[in-house]
Amino acid sequence: MSQFLEISGLCARIDADGQEKQILRGVDLSIPPGEVHVIMGPNGSGKSTLSYVLAGREDYEVTAGTATFHGQDLLAMEPEERAAAGLFLAFQSPIELPGVNNANFLRTAVNAVRRARGQDELDAVAFLKMAREAAKALSMAPDMLKRNVNVGFSGGEKKRNEVLQMTLLQPTFAILDETDSGLDVDALRIVAEGVNRLRAPTFSALVITHHQKLLDYLVPDRIHVMARGRIILSGGPELARQIDQEGYTKFLAEVA
Amino acid sequence: MNALSKDMSGPLALFANRLNTLAGPERQAAAGALARTGLPDRKSEAWHYTALRALGKQDYAAPPAQVDDGAVRTLLDGVLCAHPAMAGLPRVVFVNGRHAPAFSALPDDVDLAFFAQAPRFGLQAAPDRDPLVALNTALAEDGLYVRVPAGVDGGHVMLVSLGVAGAEPVSFHPRHTVVVEKEAHLRLICVQAGQGAYFHNPVTDIVVEDGATLEHVTVQTEAAQAISLGTLYAHVGHQSVYDSFVLGLGGQLARHEVHARLGATRGVVHVNGAQRLAGQQVGDITSVITHVASDCTSRQTVRNVLDGHARGVFQGKVLVERIAQKTDGYQMNQALLLSPDAEIDAKPELEIYADDVRCSHGATVGALDDDQLFYLRSRGIPEHEARQILIDAFLDEAIALVTDATAQTFCRAVLAARFAGKGDVA
Amino acid sequence: MPAVTQTREAVEKLGQSTYKWGFETDIEMDMAPKGLNEDIIRLISSRKEEPEWMLEWRLAAYKTWQAMTEPKWAKVAYPPIDYQDAHYYAAPRKKPGPKSLDEVDPELLRTYEKLGIPLHEQALLAGVEVPEGERMPVAVDAVFDSVSVATTFRKTLEEAGVIFCPISEAVKEHPDLVRKYLGTVVPAGDNFFSALNSAVFTDGSFVYVPKGVRCPMELSTYFRINAKNTGQFERTLIVVEEGASVSYLEGCTAPMRDENQLHAAVVELVAMDDASIKYSTVQNWYPGDENGRGGIYNFVTKRGACRGARSKISWTQVETGSAITWKYPSCILQGEGSVGEFYSVAVTNNHQQADTGTKMIHLGRNTRSTIIAKTISAGRSDSTYRGLVRVQPKASGARNFTQCDSLLIGDQCGAHTVPYIESRNMNARIEHEATTSKISEDQLFYCRQRGLSEEDAVGLIVNGFCRDVLKELPMEFAVEAQKLLQISLEGSVG
Ligand SMILES: Nc1ncnc2c1ncn2[C@@H]1O[C@H](COP(=O)(O)OP(=O)(O)O)[C@@H](O)[C@H]1O
Ligand SMILES: [Mg+2]
Repeated sequence: MSQFLEISGLCARIDADGQEKQILRGVDLSIPPGEVHVIMGPNGSGKSTLSYVLAGREDYEVTAGTATFHGQDLLAMEPEERAAAGLFLAFQSPIELPGVNNANFLRTAVNAVRRARGQDELDAVAFLKMAREAAKALSMAPDMLKRNVNVGFSGGEKKRNEVLQMTLLQPTFAILDETDSGLDVDALRIVAEGVNRLRAPTFSALVITHHQKLLDYLVPDRIHVMARGRIILSGGPELARQIDQEGYTKFLAEVA
Repeated sequence: MNALSKDMSGPLALFANRLNTLAGPERQAAAGALARTGLPDRKSEAWHYTALRALGKQDYAAPPAQVDDGAVRTLLDGVLCAHPAMAGLPRVVFVNGRHAPAFSALPDDVDLAFFAQAPRFGLQAAPDRDPLVALNTALAEDGLYVRVPAGVDGGHVMLVSLGVAGAEPVSFHPRHTVVVEKEAHLRLICVQAGQGAYFHNPVTDIVVEDGATLEHVTVQTEAAQAISLGTLYAHVGHQSVYDSFVLGLGGQLARHEVHARLGATRGVVHVNGAQRLAGQQVGDITSVITHVASDCTSRQTVRNVLDGHARGVFQGKVLVERIAQKTDGYQMNQALLLSPDAEIDAKPELEIYADDVRCSHGATVGALDDDQLFYLRSRGIPEHEARQILIDAFLDEAIALVTDATAQTFCRAVLAARFAGKGDVA
Repeated sequence: MPAVTQTREAVEKLGQSTYKWGFETDIEMDMAPKGLNEDIIRLISSRKEEPEWMLEWRLAAYKTWQAMTEPKWAKVAYPPIDYQDAHYYAAPRKKPGPKSLDEVDPELLRTYEKLGIPLHEQALLAGVEVPEGERMPVAVDAVFDSVSVATTFRKTLEEAGVIFCPISEAVKEHPDLVRKYLGTVVPAGDNFFSALNSAVFTDGSFVYVPKGVRCPMELSTYFRINAKNTGQFERTLIVVEEGASVSYLEGCTAPMRDENQLHAAVVELVAMDDASIKYSTVQNWYPGDENGRGGIYNFVTKRGACRGARSKISWTQVETGSAITWKYPSCILQGEGSVGEFYSVAVTNNHQQADTGTKMIHLGRNTRSTIIAKTISAGRSDSTYRGLVRVQPKASGARNFTQCDSLLIGDQCGAHTVPYIESRNMNARIEHEATTSKISEDQLFYCRQRGLSEEDAVGLIVNGFCRDVLKELPMEFAVEAQKLLQISLEGSVG
């Protein structure tokens, strides 16, 4: 089976206040179906940028390299086409949508994606039933569906809302950008269970994290270390434990 | 030119004698424009809240050639003594709109000239659109031209305008020009003061070239019977800063009108102000900030404290042209009414044609905050003192925006001298 | 907009354009010749079988109008209007046939049934707050061009003592009430368009709610300009007595035409002690095509007088239609403790121009007003919020809060905010805030990452932006209004 996500030589930059800033400097990464990969790396190394570029955020200019998803050229697709194709990004800082009712937002998104996948749209009753169950499984207060998207949510509530969206949109590839930061231990377990429920031979995930704790629940297949816009080191699950204990400095020095 | 006099009706008639004997194309064109438009009345949107009835019915004469030096000295001392640092600053003193060398202490690092010797009307003023600018153009006699050469720090310059009038009302119409060349810096402090019944109608043309900074503070303490209607144009270049503040305290009718134009990218304009009025005073702060280039910033905070029968007017328009993407504009006007007969009229206005902008304005009107008052009193502060503290604090937040420390202290000193112990008014 | 829903259902097949209400109804018309003069006014008055005083009133207004000039201060531009080149009276010769508007309410319920959604779920998804308890049915008055064609539920209303009828009928059947209040809130000579309306108004609704009565159902008027080259000059008068209350809905549509048509309505509201009037409008007159051809000129004077203590008048409007909108629903807050509210969404696209806002005139003590105005400009349109808050010397304890937000979609449109704030009372408190921005790229990207198309994402964000206003609408209006917003912005992104 062909690789399911294949990134090669990916370079991207941003125009920040009139200055070109190179962030990704040749990222190579391939994730086979059914696997959970982890990216670790110091702040500012480009982890979030990679996730935004994969999801299609326009501020970033891809200057070299390719990314294919199921053999399709990911970089040529619109953000919503990527979502429909099965890519989901749990944002490091989820965006607030004032005045937009969470339930309505979720249903609109779910139905847009279902339409694009050739599935029937859900009617309001069926959708709300499903959404309430999913929310309950994530121990979310029922009124979170009635509130405006992420407005006035605590950090933990926002992260849970991201996982709720992931559960409902049924992606085949999920990027979780520091979804564990700011969560207490119970919330962390609930979020991890949410991801584990999606695990299947056709589902892969790229998890960006700084902490071993989440990985105890998720049991990743491979760990990659990112620094200065590149993957500088890859290894098995033990690499994460090593980093957790020893920090990044040693690894950065080794490859420098 | 007598043909014009037919059209000089309304308030314009008060200047008819002088307008009918003008030389030079600019002055004649301006007088022609005036004859067509007359002086503005409240039907004109720009003068919706301020009437020129206060100009009265008596003709305004040109100021007499001789002025009482003693009176000038007293007024000037009043200005200079407000704050010890002031006496040491270079200054250019105008009396009734004419340069008074005997009282001036001219600066060294900047280039100076006078309108009386070499008239300059500048390119920004629009006599055909603004009748008060037309009146100035027609009748201007003198004015300051100051230029800070490229790269030079011109330090402080004080421009002191004194009006000294007797029984007969006089009017004077000085025309000033300020040019801060590339990467240069100037701190300009304008002070307006006087005695008697006069009409001060200055027009100031300012150019802040690329990378330059002008910190401009105007302290308006005109005589109680004076009318002061000034118009100021500022062109702001690439990465340059025009940081202005007006403190409006004097006159029976005063209007400070600023037209600032952000003509090149990354310019910054501040048009801040504070006014504190009482009695029958009318004070008007009007501004039009026009963004015609991208990535510029404009900021405006104006605070009004109104007592007695005073009326404060704030009109602030921020115009963002289509090309001016990434504009950041903010405007806030606040008023405190201290008396049942005081009034505030405010019209903050956004006119926006570019989409990628962040513009906002706010306005509040009210009395002193009861909770704050109670809080102070619960700490043992007597009511009148508590009120004074809150009023001072309200104005002081605006004065704190003055970046030039000398000018800031001067503003505080002038305000304190004028209103010491007058908080307990309501 | 129940009437609109119903009518649209009936003629859906015609709507292949983006303006889904552009159908023309084929009805035989009785029309006055083009032009405006005393004879035309006499003709209108006689067709309506009006009493002499009404004719005199019209003629006096006409004289006033002749001496007036069109206002020019609004930020709208249009070619000169030839007031002689329109029909000032047009009426269908017979009723529109079997699809009588009497069926409106069952039809509406069926629509919801078809959706298969329990009402409270529907409300949740729409983000609409519905008060607990029974939903009120809706009584409808439909005005076609110049005359009222159908008023439903009259019997039920009569039993409650509520008068809801075409104003032309009220002039004949309740002359004392009409004479007592007509022109007392908006005098004929108030402005150019109100003078014109007073001279030539042909129909509109009259509502009278007697003391202590809570109107048992929502009242709704559906206005439609149908005939070619007609102006529509409706006149609405709502009087609510002490302790009484009413909620009134107004929907407007017109066919697509190349030329512009004039609409100059006058609405007067009177609220006595403890009375409350809620007036909701979804204005969807034909806005013209994407090149700015055609569309309605909408020059409307709406004003409410809170005459009684603790009375309340609340205006909610969703303005998506018209080529030009000139409209400032206002409140005169005279009664002590009276309350005025103005909630507005104005959307302009293509070449539309809107200059709209409100006036809150605080005369009485402890009067309160709230203004929430949301402006959305797209295409090559221009939209202006213009509002006046005035506190007079006697209005101690008056309060106003104003929030105006503008959203620009695309770089060829304009959005403007022109508030006038005047206070002559030291114990009044006024707060005004305004912002202008575009739709945040972050929000758009977030929605698109979740699979929404750019257009749907814009629709969703715009609806969120307008939520504070939409939630003030009665539920059926709110659901329609949300759809309308989306349709109005079609083609504005990408
Ligand atoms: N929108 C942006 N504007 C300016 N700089 C940015 C922007 N996005 C990312 N960067 C910069 O790119 C670098 C990588 O950021 P990011 O991808 O967020 O790192 P990480 O997620 O690994 O902490 C940082 O130096 C960051 O400041
Ligand atoms: Mg990050």
